[in-house]
Amino acid sequence: MVQTIQAQPAPPPQAEPEVVKSLRDHGALPQWRLMWRQFRRHKLALIGLIVLVPIYFIAVFSGFFAPAASDSAHTALPYAPPQRVHFSSEHGLFVYGYSSTRDQETFEQTFTVDKNKIVDVGLFVRGDEYKILGLIPSDIHLIGPVKAGDPFFLLGADQSGRDLLSRLIHGARVSLSIGLVGVLAASVLGLLIGGISGYLGGPIDNAIQRVIEFIMSIPTLPLWMALSASLPDSWGPLTRYFAITVILSLIGWTGLARDVRGRFLSLREEDFVMAARLDGVSRGGIIFGHMVPSFASHIIATVSMAVPTMILGETSLSFLGLGLQAPAVSWGVLLEGAQNIRAVATAPWLLAPGLAVVVVVLAMNFVGDGLRDAADPYK
Amino acid sequence: MLRYLARRLGWMVVTLAAISFVTFVVIKLPPGDYTSTVIANAEARGQAIPESQIAELKRHYGLDKPFLVQYWTWISGVVLHGDLGQSFAWNQSVASLIGNRVLLSIVLSIASLLFVWSIAFPIGIYSALRQYSPGDYLASFLGFIGMAVPEFMLALVMMYIGFRYFGQSVGGLFSPEYADAAWNLGKLLDLISHLWVPIVVVGVAGTASLIRITRANLLDELHKPYVATARAKGLPEWKLLLKYPVRMSLSPFFSTVGWLLPGLISGETIVSVVMSLPTSGPLLLSGVKSQDMYLVGSFVLILSALTVIGTMLSDLALAWWDPRIRHRLSKG
Repeated sequence: MVQTIQAQPAPPPQAEPEVVKSLRDHGALPQWRLMWRQFRRHKLALIGLIVLVPIYFIAVFSGFFAPAASDSAHTALPYAPPQRVHFSSEHGLFVYGYSSTRDQETFEQTFTVDKNKIVDVGLFVRGDEYKILGLIPSDIHLIGPVKAGDPFFLLGADQSGRDLLSRLIHGARVSLSIGLVGVLAASVLGLLIGGISGYLGGPIDNAIQRVIEFIMSIPTLPLWMALSASLPDSWGPLTRYFAITVILSLIGWTGLARDVRGRFLSLREEDFVMAARLDGVSRGGIIFGHMVPSFASHIIATVSMAVPTMILGETSLSFLGLGLQAPAVSWGVLLEGAQNIRAVATAPWLLAPGLAVVVVVLAMNFVGDGLRDAADPYK
Repeated sequence: MLRYLARRLGWMVVTLAAISFVTFVVIKLPPGDYTSTVIANAEARGQAIPESQIAELKRHYGLDKPFLVQYWTWISGVVLHGDLGQSFAWNQSVASLIGNRVLLSIVLSIASLLFVWSIAFPIGIYSALRQYSPGDYLASFLGFIGMAVPEFMLALVMMYIGFRYFGQSVGGLFSPEYADAAWNLGKLLDLISHLWVPIVVVGVAGTASLIRITRANLLDELHKPYVATARAKGLPEWKLLLKYPVRMSLSPFFSTVGWLLPGLISGETIVSVVMSLPTSGPLLLSGVKSQDMYLVGSFVLILSALTVIGTMLSDLALAWWDPRIRHRLSKG
């Protein structure tokens, strides 16, 4: 509510009384500065932000950070265990290669580290081709085997001998963006419908509220499952991605719409709205110039809590084989390979994408918590 | 109050009817129907099914009729005869298919609910009373972790630990030696020793969020004037806390009970798939995948009914618990 006071144009400097001047110099910080101050006091939120920024950066430039393309496979090395990077003055950075033996009775393939095979590792090496931001072709990778095509599995390999670390990094793109895109879609829907409902009131409000109650009473997971299963198999990865996003946000907007409606209802009676109306401000001007700014920070905080929920939703759906499907890579798709406890027992590193999900969701929850505290810095 | 109840009941029926219709639309959305699954399976085996046989199948299952007729056949069967229809893939009546498994789902869900309550309330109350103490930080931290770990991940990790370090088969409900045995004490103990893992796994996320809700609610109440008044008149601290702020802070909890039930069932679905428990979850998944429409439709209908009934019960419980709401209802 204080913003509306700030939103008014400041008087010209020469006419400024002494009190206002001293307030400006000492006490009157703009709102976003106050919020940032409050946010910084929340140590966990700050840590969350510090964790998330590099992860998103890596996801954006996944081609460069991943040692290999997501589909390049060493078919002879399924479930190869993780390698450790060594350093010697003779070779520089290197990892040991594998030698495999097959159990004569169970036909199970086992790998041992072969100290005779040395794979030279370098920084900024040439490897699989990719496109930076989908535009500029390149083949430089941050780290990788000097001789392209040598096995290099810092996190081990999956069932087809593909590098798990590379797939984890490539998968981050989908897993991290689906939450943001989904939340964006849900916010637009929620703001629009909640706004209409709260501002107009009356029978329209009543009807919208009944519809929201109806949507909320459908159990989420079965609905998600039924909807995702109804996506045709012929759809490409990109269409499927958007379809899943829409499915995830279809349910998410209801809570937000109720929140927005509640805010509208309570703000409608506030003095500053009345003042604006008496001043002859147009309806749109009142809504977007006065009402929305005064609860925008709350909405952002609420919305930020929905991002991790959507990430978990995508992961669960893909894990069940209903979300994205190979050859698309997301953390959920990667975890599908870990569904079988026998596979996990022989190759526990298959759970690494799950760890990534936990870290990201945890960090996001912390940031969301901090945002919620910061949303109202005048407390 | 009675009028309120009647209105709610009427609204509930309308909602359920709408849900059943939407469900049916969703199941029919994908191109093809159950016969395309049959054809695909046959093709995978290298066989081809003659056109006439497909038409015969379609007629047998009533798939050649218009959409509304199919819906009507199903829903009138459900309402008038309690007949949920026939599962195509299992060639059994849906009722008997679900009936076999739903008991275990309910046992699992209720046990998890009790687990969640017995853990979350004391911790949440403690956290709020000792805000910013090491115990509070620990509880908050564990709560955050609990919300961040997907259920299937927790299940996988527990199974891995059990498999790796205890040499125990964590999946399933019984050890191999009891699987076919008749019910006796040993089998019961064996069931319990298997059941606690899924209970914990399903309950963790709910516990985490309930701790946070309880803590936040109680913190809102603790500094209100009526607490100061009660303290000033010399009420013992524990009595004061339990009688006023804790009671007040439980109000929003009652309103979430309704959502808790379907939430647990959702959690149970994924965990059961991972741990291969014979509950209704894996059945639902296979039904969804093979477009077994009566099976899935019945599931969503039952789960929605649980949700809607749960919401209503929680509203009634709230009115019973909170005199202010009761007052508002009797006035309106």
